[in-house]
Amino acid sequence: MCLGIPGQIVAITDETRQMAMAEVSGVRREVNVACVAEGALEGLVGQWALIHVGFAMSLIDEDEAEKTLIALRDLGEAQEALEQMAAGDAALAGE
Amino acid sequence: MKFASEFRDPKAAKVLLAEIAKVADQIGAMKDKPVHIMEVCGGHTHSIFRYGLDKLVHEGIEFIHGPGCPVCVLPRARVDECIEIAEREGVIFTTFGDAMRVPGTKKSLLQAKADGADIRMVYSPLDALELARRNPEREVVFFGLGFETTTPSTALAIQQAAREGLGNFSVFCNHITVPEPIKALLDDPHMCLDGFIGPGHVSMVIGIHPYDFIAQDYGKPIAVAGFEPLDLLQSVLMVLRQIAEGRAEVENQYARVVPEYGNPVSLAAIDDVYETRPSFEWRGLGEIDKSGLRIRTQYEAYDAEEKFGIGYAAGRREVEEAEGCACGQVMTGRMKPVECPQFGRGCTPEMPLGALMVSSEGACAAYWQYGGARAVEPAE
Ligand code: SF4
Repeated sequence: MCLGIPGQIVAITDETRQMAMAEVSGVRREVNVACVAEGALEGLVGQWALIHVGFAMSLIDEDEAEKTLIALRDLGEAQEALEQMAAGDAALAGE
Repeated sequence: MKFASEFRDPKAAKVLLAEIAKVADQIGAMKDKPVHIMEVCGGHTHSIFRYGLDKLVHEGIEFIHGPGCPVCVLPRARVDECIEIAEREGVIFTTFGDAMRVPGTKKSLLQAKADGADIRMVYSPLDALELARRNPEREVVFFGLGFETTTPSTALAIQQAAREGLGNFSVFCNHITVPEPIKALLDDPHMCLDGFIGPGHVSMVIGIHPYDFIAQDYGKPIAVAGFEPLDLLQSVLMVLRQIAEGRAEVENQYARVVPEYGNPVSLAAIDDVYETRPSFEWRGLGEIDKSGLRIRTQYEAYDAEEKFGIGYAAGRREVEEAEGCACGQVMTGRMKPVECPQFGRGCTPEMPLGALMVSSEGACAAYWQYGGARAVEPAE
């Protein structure tokens, strides 16, 4: 549970709550970007970050993101993270 | 061959392995007189087994699998308390999926859910916040669990709840910290550790200096590492080189993600929301001083311990470990998982007895999954 998964920030969704939409391994998920925000949030769009339990924890470069994703896939962690995101959606839906 | 197909860069791995062997020989590491290197983080344990690094490195190097998996060190009493909260009228209990299968004294959260408690697996504490917004008539409790990687996310969620004045959200805070158990292990007179591989993602939050005491006070080398096989091999080499050169320092192999002084926003949130508990109980390790966090009185309204009169707020509960469980010995490197009398018999990933078998980051589950199962004779 302590590994982050790389995601690309594709849009800012809520400036005051510091929320953004991230694309994590093809799946879109709203994440909090407070930990990586410096200056205007718009500047984050297009950047890659390690996403951990719904929070962007650290900005990484694209090459690093790609390498990390491959490693996480090998470890089965990428799948696990995606399943957890799906579980989160299910929880919100009342399951 | 596993080696060629599973390493993205087999050539680099070979070079590192050869260099590791050279330095290991130089310092006289041998099969029956090994250098003990503890990887603190459960994510590293998983990587080491997945890529068979323990078998690929020089035979004079032995990995000791440390206590760095929050699910593995969760005491049975805490699981019982989670269930107690979850079974109260009107409560929606939310948790990361990892914690669902950890056995309590009577049942796990998964079993409690099957018995009718409203327990939901969430991906993020923010999902729990959203549930609280959508269900104002229900009490939503989030099980805050994990090391410094996860701690800031709960802190930020609590700050957000406070800003919104959400009255039906609280956190059952069981966050723990990495440096203190390392100190406890180093203070253990039976311990024979020669160096450490430091947790990468914890360090992304706290930086590398919280480990200074390992080098300065105990004279042991440590390299903070990433999670890819090459990261781990490189870190092993960094630790060995320090030993060979008679140095003890905190080195940062994972500098591409880990800033020397950590993440300021995360650290500020942690500091604002939590304070250190005098001591905290770890499964298999017992009480460790200053190793856990609790929510400050300023945020008391969001503290499930206060709200439900449970956990440390209600006084400490003593619950014995399951009969025959050797998790404590495994976690302190005194026993290999296969040496536990329950391994593969009373304890498998499907029916875990101890916590080290529950999470894929636990040493027993990793052993089982990647070949350890073979070490157990078929049951009569
Ligand atoms: S085999 Fe099971 S009981 Fe034994 S140490 Fe591992 S997790 Fe604990």
